[in-house]
Amino acid sequence: MITLSVNGRDHQIDADPATPLLYVLRDDLHLNAAKFGCGLGQCGSCMVLADGLPVVSCVTPVVALEGRRIRTVEGLGGADDPGPVQRAFIDEQAAQCGYCIPGFIISAQALLERTPSPSDAEIRTALKPNLCRCGTHIRILRAVRRAADAMRTSVAANPGGEGGQ
Amino acid sequence: MKHSKGSPPELSRRAFLGGGALLVGFTLMPGRLLAQAPREAKGGGDVGLPKALGADPALESWIRIDADGAITVFTGKAELGQGIRTALIQVAAEELSVTPADITLVTADTGRTPNESFTAGSQSMQESGTAILHAAAQVRAILLGLAAERLGLPAERLTIANAAVTAPGGGSLGFGELVADGGLREATARPGTALKPVADYTVIGQGVRRIDIPAKVTGGPAYVQDLRLPGMVHARVVRPPSPSARLRGVDTGEVERMPGVVGVHRDGDYLAVVAEREWQAITASRALASAAVWDERPSLPDENDIFDTLLGLRSEDTVIHDRRLAGTGAAGGGRRLSAEFRRGYQIHGSIGPSCAVGLFEDGGMTVWSHAQGMFPLRAALVEMLGLPEDRVRCIHVEGSGCYGHNGADDAGADAALLARAFPGRPVRVQWMREDEHAWEPFGPAMVSRASGSVGRDGGIADLTYEVWSNAHSTRPGGAGALMPAWHLAQPFEPDPPKPIPQPAGGGDRNAIPLYAIPNARIVHHFLPEMPLRVSALRGLGAYMNVFSLESFMDELAREAGTDPVEFRLRHLDDPRARDVVTLAAERFGWSAARLPSGHGRGFGFARYKNLAAYCAVAVEVMVARETGATRLLRAVAAIDSGQAVNPDGIRNQTEGGIIQSASWTLMERARFDRTRVTSLDWSGYPILRFDQVPESVDVHVIDRPGSPFLGTGEAAQGPTAGAIANAVADATGARLRELPLTSDRVKAAIGV
Ligand code: FES
Ligand code: FES
Repeated sequence: MITLSVNGRDHQIDADPATPLLYVLRDDLHLNAAKFGCGLGQCGSCMVLADGLPVVSCVTPVVALEGRRIRTVEGLGGADDPGPVQRAFIDEQAAQCGYCIPGFIISAQALLERTPSPSDAEIRTALKPNLCRCGTHIRILRAVRRAADAMRTSVAANPGGEGGQ
Repeated sequence: MKHSKGSPPELSRRAFLGGGALLVGFTLMPGRLLAQAPREAKGGGDVGLPKALGADPALESWIRIDADGAITVFTGKAELGQGIRTALIQVAAEELSVTPADITLVTADTGRTPNESFTAGSQSMQESGTAILHAAAQVRAILLGLAAERLGLPAERLTIANAAVTAPGGGSLGFGELVADGGLREATARPGTALKPVADYTVIGQGVRRIDIPAKVTGGPAYVQDLRLPGMVHARVVRPPSPSARLRGVDTGEVERMPGVVGVHRDGDYLAVVAEREWQAITASRALASAAVWDERPSLPDENDIFDTLLGLRSEDTVIHDRRLAGTGAAGGGRRLSAEFRRGYQIHGSIGPSCAVGLFEDGGMTVWSHAQGMFPLRAALVEMLGLPEDRVRCIHVEGSGCYGHNGADDAGADAALLARAFPGRPVRVQWMREDEHAWEPFGPAMVSRASGSVGRDGGIADLTYEVWSNAHSTRPGGAGALMPAWHLAQPFEPDPPKPIPQPAGGGDRNAIPLYAIPNARIVHHFLPEMPLRVSALRGLGAYMNVFSLESFMDELAREAGTDPVEFRLRHLDDPRARDVVTLAAERFGWSAARLPSGHGRGFGFARYKNLAAYCAVAVEVMVARETGATRLLRAVAAIDSGQAVNPDGIRNQTEGGIIQSASWTLMERARFDRTRVTSLDWSGYPILRFDQVPESVDVHVIDRPGSPFLGTGEAAQGPTAGAIANAVADATGARLRELPLTSDRVKAAIGV
C-alpha cells in the first residue's frame, strides 16, 4: 500500500510501486485531466504538480511521490468554479480538441505560482515541455497572460489569500 | 464517463426515436427561400433539399422535441476538436428561436443519427450545417402551424421565441406542449424551405463560446480515452516491428501468468494481451513483445531516392484541365521557367494516440470510437467480423484532434477483435505512442513539376503543372482498409486505391490554380502502388499543390518584375478571392520596404478545393544564416467561409491550421529505413514547440451573410506553406522546393 496525497486528500493505493502515477490517477482515482500522450516524457499531456513543480506523470513511479503533495487539474477548480488559469483558458477559448490543455494548465499554474509576472520569454520557456498538435499556441499564450493578470489582481485584492492554490 | 452499457445494438434508429405523432398538413410560412441554397441536391434525394436532408428527410432524424420541451438535434458528423458541436447547435438554435443552451446535440452514432458518412473535407457546415438549418426551419414552420390551429389565429400573427409560440394577445404554447400528442414523427422535409431572414439572425454569426471547453479544461470526461465502463479491461496490441514482418512464433506462457493478465490473443500475425489494469496490460505487452519472434524483410523503398521511386511507379494519368486560348500560345511567352517540387511523408501525429472501446455481448458488437466515420467504420467491422449489420453499432466519442485518417479506425478494429475474443467485458484498447507514429497512414510523399512563362504584357502566358501522388484516401470502406485485419490468419486485403475525382480531387486537389491563365494544362499522375501506407491528411493534395503553385507564382512574379501580391491580383477575377488577398496584404502591412537582414516576407493564397473557403496568408520569417533555422515570426490571414456561423471558431481553426502547417513545412518528415519506420516518437519526428511559435497570428474573417457555408478547417494548410517558402526565398535569395524546409536544407541552399 502506498499513500498518495492528491488534491488535498490522502489515498491508499494498492498498486505495483513501479506503476507510473498517470495510471493510478486515471484508473484508480478515476481522474481524467492527466492524459496519456506519449508515455515517454516528451509531450506534457500527463502533467501534474508535485509540491508545486510540474512533473510528467507518465514516467514517474508512484513510489517516488509518496509524501509529496500532488495536484491535478481537477484540484484547480471544476466546470462550475474554475480556477484562475482554467477560467483564462475558457475566456480565451484556448482549445481546439483540448487534449493537450490540462498539461498546459499545469505548466502555467506552476509558472505563475513561482513567477507572478512572467515575461513572454519566461512563459514560452515554461510551456516548452508541452506539445499541442492543433496549433492553439497563440490562444494558450494569451490565456496564460490573462491568468497572470487575474491572479495578480486577486492577490492584490486579498493579500493574505493563498493566491491561486 | 458514465455510460450505460448502451441500448442493444439491434435497436433501430426509428425504434429509438419513437415519439408521438404530429400533424397533418401545414402551410409553409411565406418567407425568404433558400438562403443556404441546397447546391448539392442531385446525388441525395429530393431536388430542392440539401443533400443530407434529402437522403434522410424524416425531420425527427434531425430534430426531436420531447413533450417536456427538451430539444435534441442529431448530426451524422462528429466533433473532432474543430468546434462543430457548437456551430451546429447555433444553426439549429437560430432557426428554432431558442438559445444554444436549450439544445442537446447527438453526434455520429449508427444507432441514433443520420448517416452522414465521414466528418472530413471541411464539409460539416456545408453538409450537416445546411441540413440542420433546413430541418430546423421546417420544424419551426410546423410548430407555428400547430400553434395557429390551436390558437385559431393565422400563423403570420404568431411569434416564436424562447421555445414557445406566442399570440399577439399573450397566449403562449411551449414547443413541448405543441408536439406532446403528436411529435414530429410523420413530418418529412419538403423542398422550398422558408428560412429566417439573415437580418434577423441573433445566434448565427455570434462568437458563441464552445460548449465543450469547460469540461476539457477542468478534467471532465471528454474523450473516448476517458470512457470507463463497468468491468472494463485494458488491451495492448503487439504490432509487428515492420510493415511486412511475419510472426514466426511466440511463447505466451510466461505472459499469461503475469499479474492481472486476462489472456493473450493471437490470430495469425495479430498479437495482443488483455489485463485487468492498464499498467498491467502495458507491462505484459512489453513482455509479449520480447517473447515474439518475427521474420522481417526489407520491403520499404530507399528514403534517399523516394521521389525517383515515386516517379518510376506505374501511373494513371488524367488531364484535369486544358485550356488554350487561340493566338496566345506559349510562343507568346518569354523565358521558360521550370521547377520540381517535393514533399516527404508526414504524419497526423495526434497528441493522444488512438483508442477505442469494444463490447461484444449477446451476439452484438458495440464500438466506441473517435474515427471520422461511424457508418463506414461499421461497414468495415461488419465485413471483418462477419456479423450482420444490425448487430454492430458504432458510437462516436471524441478523441484527440485527428486532422484526417489516423489510427482511429484501426483502433476501432482492434477493440472489435479483442471484444470478440473476450466477450462480455468492455475492452479498452489504447495505442502506444510508437504504434501511432509507425502505423497511422501517413500523408503521402509527392512530386510536382511546373513550367511556365510570362508574356510581353507582364501576365502569365502559359502554365503546365503535373503532380505525382498516391491515393489520399484509403479509408474504410471494406475490412481491408483496417490495418489490424491485414494481420489476421484469414487476412483482408485493402481494396485497390482510387483517386478522388475533380473538382475536389485528392492528390490533385487544388492542382488547378484559381488564377486566370490563358494557356494552362494540368495533369494528375495517380500512383496506385503505395510504398508506404498513406491516406487523408488535412488538406490532402492541396497542401503540396498550393505550396508548389504559390512558390511558382512568386518565381513568375519575379520574372515579370512585379510585386507578388500585385501579380496575384492581376490574375484573379473572382471578387471574393481578390478581397481575401487584398485584406491579408493590407492587415499585414505588405510593402516592398526593406526588412532587417535575415528576414523575409511571403504570400500565399488558395480557395480550398476551388469550392470551399478562400484563404490568403502573409508571413514574415527570420532565417538564421549560420544554422539555416527558419522561424515564422508573424502571420496574417484573411478568410472567407461564406456566412460565418461562429467567427471565433473560424479564427481558431485558421490560427491552428497556420501553426500546424508551419510545423509541417519547417520541420516534419517521417523517416524509415529499408525495413522499418524509424521516426517513432516526438524526438524522431519533432514538431513545433513553444519556443518556435510565432509572435502573432492574426486571422481576419470576411463574413458573407446569406451566402452558403464554406468549409474552413483545411483552408490555411496550403497558403501557409506557400507563404513560408516565399518568405524564405525573400530572406535568403534561395528558392527551396522540397518540403520540409529544414535548417539543413536551408543552410545547404544558402551555401554557408
Ligand atoms: S504522456 Fe507524459 S509526457 Fe507525454
Ligand atoms: S488543442 Fe488539440 S492538441 Fe492542443
